[in-house]
Amino acid sequence: MSFWLIQSLNSLALGGVLFTLAAGFSLIFGLMRIANLSHGAYFMLGAYVGLSVITHGHGFFVALLAAGLAVGALGAVVERLILRRLAGNSLGQVLATLGIAFIIADFSLWVWGGDPQPVDAPAFLAGSTQLFGLVFPLYRVGVVGFAILLAISLWLLLDKTRLGMMIRASVDDMQMARGIGIAASRLFTIVFCLGTALAGIGGVIAAPILSVYPGMDSDMLPLALVVVILGGLGSLAGAFIGSFVIGFIYSFGQALFPDLAYIILFLPMVVILALRPRGLFGRIAA
Amino acid sequence: MLNKILTLAAVTTAVTALFTGPAQAAAGDPIRVGFLTVKSGALAAGGKQMEDGLQLFLKEHNNMIAGRKVELFVADSAGQPAITKTKMQELVEKNNVQVIIGPLAAFEALAVDDYIRKAQIPVISPSAAAEDLTQRKPNPWFVRAVGTSAQPTQPFGEYAARELKYKRIAIIGDDFSFGHESVAGFQRTFEENGGKVVQKLWSPLNVADYGTYIGQINPKVDAVFISFAGGNGLKFIKQYNEYGLKGKIPLLASMTAVDEGILKSMGDEALGVISAGWYTATIDNAANKHFVQGMNREYKQDPGYYALGAYSAALILEQALKTVKGNIEDKPAFMAALRNVEVPNDPRGVFKLDALGNPIMNVYIRKVERKDGKLVNSIIKTYPDVSQFWTYNRKDFLATPVYSRDNPVAANLEK
Amino acid sequence: MKYWTMKRALLIVFIALLAILPWLTGSDYYTNLASQVLIAALFALSLNLLVGYAGLTSLGHAGFLGLAAYSSAWLMLNLQWDHASAGAAALAGSTVVAALFGLIALRASGISFLMITLALGQILWGIAYRWAGVTGGDNGLSGISRPHPFGLDLGPASHFYYFTLLVFLLVWLLIALWVRSPFGASIRGTRDQPRRMSALGFNVWLIRWITFTVSGFFGAVAGLMYVYYQQFISPHSLALANSAEMLLMVIAGGPATLAGPVVGAALVVLLKNIASGYIDRWIMLLGFVFLFIVLFVPNGIVPGIAKLRQQCRNKERS
Repeated sequence: MSFWLIQSLNSLALGGVLFTLAAGFSLIFGLMRIANLSHGAYFMLGAYVGLSVITHGHGFFVALLAAGLAVGALGAVVERLILRRLAGNSLGQVLATLGIAFIIADFSLWVWGGDPQPVDAPAFLAGSTQLFGLVFPLYRVGVVGFAILLAISLWLLLDKTRLGMMIRASVDDMQMARGIGIAASRLFTIVFCLGTALAGIGGVIAAPILSVYPGMDSDMLPLALVVVILGGLGSLAGAFIGSFVIGFIYSFGQALFPDLAYIILFLPMVVILALRPRGLFGRIAA
Repeated sequence: MLNKILTLAAVTTAVTALFTGPAQAAAGDPIRVGFLTVKSGALAAGGKQMEDGLQLFLKEHNNMIAGRKVELFVADSAGQPAITKTKMQELVEKNNVQVIIGPLAAFEALAVDDYIRKAQIPVISPSAAAEDLTQRKPNPWFVRAVGTSAQPTQPFGEYAARELKYKRIAIIGDDFSFGHESVAGFQRTFEENGGKVVQKLWSPLNVADYGTYIGQINPKVDAVFISFAGGNGLKFIKQYNEYGLKGKIPLLASMTAVDEGILKSMGDEALGVISAGWYTATIDNAANKHFVQGMNREYKQDPGYYALGAYSAALILEQALKTVKGNIEDKPAFMAALRNVEVPNDPRGVFKLDALGNPIMNVYIRKVERKDGKLVNSIIKTYPDVSQFWTYNRKDFLATPVYSRDNPVAANLEK
Repeated sequence: MKYWTMKRALLIVFIALLAILPWLTGSDYYTNLASQVLIAALFALSLNLLVGYAGLTSLGHAGFLGLAAYSSAWLMLNLQWDHASAGAAALAGSTVVAALFGLIALRASGISFLMITLALGQILWGIAYRWAGVTGGDNGLSGISRPHPFGLDLGPASHFYYFTLLVFLLVWLLIALWVRSPFGASIRGTRDQPRRMSALGFNVWLIRWITFTVSGFFGAVAGLMYVYYQQFISPHSLALANSAEMLLMVIAGGPATLAGPVVGAALVVLLKNIASGYIDRWIMLLGFVFLFIVLFVPNGIVPGIAKLRQQCRNKERS
């Protein structure tokens, strides 16, 4: 009994971390049709920026803010200077985003060194809690809460604001959106900036669980890809459900089928894609 | 077998020497030393510590070994076997180095094993611990400054059973060769001394989260033995504490899980972890004090696995060169000196190499404590002059298959 | 001079240069590096069939390297097969797997195809890592010998180089003939106008599937050359990073050209192995080079140069 409970809680916490990673990825893909292969790198960069802010004596929330701003600003610059010239050139986008991932990874190694570094949870979430008679780290509960909060805010943003309306219209039909006067160019910058900012924030959120280390980017990128593939590209609800489904598959899969630990995420991915190339909740034909 | 290999090596070098003309012992020329490390990618932390250890040695010696100047060629393999091989070729064929210190990872050493034999280049390994490199597939040109994966865990298994009186233990390790081998050594001696390994979990090297594994630990065990490398020990011990297991079930660890290289990033959650290794920065002798002070002065940190390995590799080189009076050009003599080296002033104390090129050295049982504000591995027991074969007969040991995930078989697992 | 004769002359000069390269460099190190460039170029050429000509971007191509390398190594080390039989079995086995993977991967196209090939590649990587009893886990398989084709010892750097050059030229020729054949035209057709091709009665799926399988076969050939060169195989060679690197070679050099993948392979291999000797931050340099290429010659180096030549010629005329 306690095994199922604690693994379920772990699955939820991992799902929360994955959502902070996948939300921005899905958003960017949905609007811009770019498979942003540097998304893992933005995530790691955010974690490092957060680490620096915290070691300089500022709190966890300042770190979140700083990472979001810094990585988001970088994202905006990248979109303006590089990605917008590559519209429609999907191979060029692969080359560019991988190139950026190389640069960020090596830059991080240069600045922050190769030692893995722990990040402490904010004081009010430090320590453990008793849940149903089990000891469980409080911070993980906080991560689930944060993921839900994030999902609600993003849903409100997309569903209730003018910006959200423009984004949705452009995702559904770019030609039409341009036709009714939506400035797609500015919208792209905003969305890419928002998506990378989310990755940066996600890095800080994940850091107390994963710690920060070189290689974090390439460990996390396949997870982001798996989530959005499962959830369907460009669907926020899909990314949300996909994150938690993957959290469960990953946690239970590793525990129940240890021999498959290395491939536990990719087997279901192959099956799903082969049966339903658009993903479980996808609306876009890629 | 071994003697055959060594004679073969001696003969081939002699023959090569014949064809390339008399070796020139030019005392004025510098000794050309290759250093194959990792500066990029995920293994860069260990590579940096290795470089620190080596640079400290050269600084202390004013860049002179055995009366000759040292010219150092540093190459970055990025931890990728294919690049390791190219860099090895570059050092040997382009830079004409006479001896190589490196590479870092066991799989890198295995990737260049054939090349080392073919190029007949003396190699001193500062960190690669794969058992077979000095066991079933010994290479006449290869000696090791560090031990094998299971060299410290074999005495540790006995210690856990006899002195800590543990009966039942759960094991969690990195699912790669170093994890498999170190765990196998522990399990073997622990069970031979009456203990039972009741649970074995293997986590992927790139696992996102240890919560899944910690949640599976059998609560009815006396202790958990962990074998992690790189940053994984840091992650695991932190989460072990967060899941409320610290203080309930004691942790035993491999050398690398609480290595000084990551201990500096840990907090109180690591206190009390007992581990076994061939080194700790707290060893009380003059050579080690000198070494630790140097590392603290130059690089603001205590040395651990990698820094010691590289520093010690340089000491081995120095000792062998002294034996041949600096004449590294006399390759057979130098190689013979290298294989029979005895280092008197190593930070670990005196040690020598066995017939297969692996150190016979003390193994320390260590406990993480806080001293003067920082975490250290204090010594609680010393096993003197431990060989890679522990107390087993070498021939019998080598006749069995190499340690692996399922060898020896864990007969007492409970489900 | 007419454009095509010029091109042909260039090609002959290039091949002649390749033929005397070991003599030119006079060092085993550079000869070995040249062999590595040729092997990387083989990978890039095989992947280019998919990426460039069929418009299917794969991120799992290193899997075929692994399949061919591991299976031939295992057969030789454990069953004492000779090089020819082990090599033939490895090629046949890898091609069958490629055909099966094609059945799965070609359910999708575009970004989903990229993801599904990534997943298939990761599964092969995971098996190589985890199935330690057969693959040796992360320690890999070592002690793999080089073949002796026609009694020639491939130990010396120059011998191996010429053998690689021979294989390279042969593969290059086969691929050149293939893409210039009517079938090659239909592959490009499925890339540019899949619907029209369907309407014209072509079986788009079948054309893609055949291309996928052929690409896997040539990838396996490259995998054999790789394992003969390295004499070692470990899961690192199958990692996602390696698949990505092969893809970058194709894109940087110029997809859907015959020279592009070769240029891309040379660029990446030389940067990785030579630049890293001079600067610590060579990975960053590699990243900036990719950005530079994508910004200034977005279709790759070879098409970029061709365009530049075209512009020069136009200027001369005007």
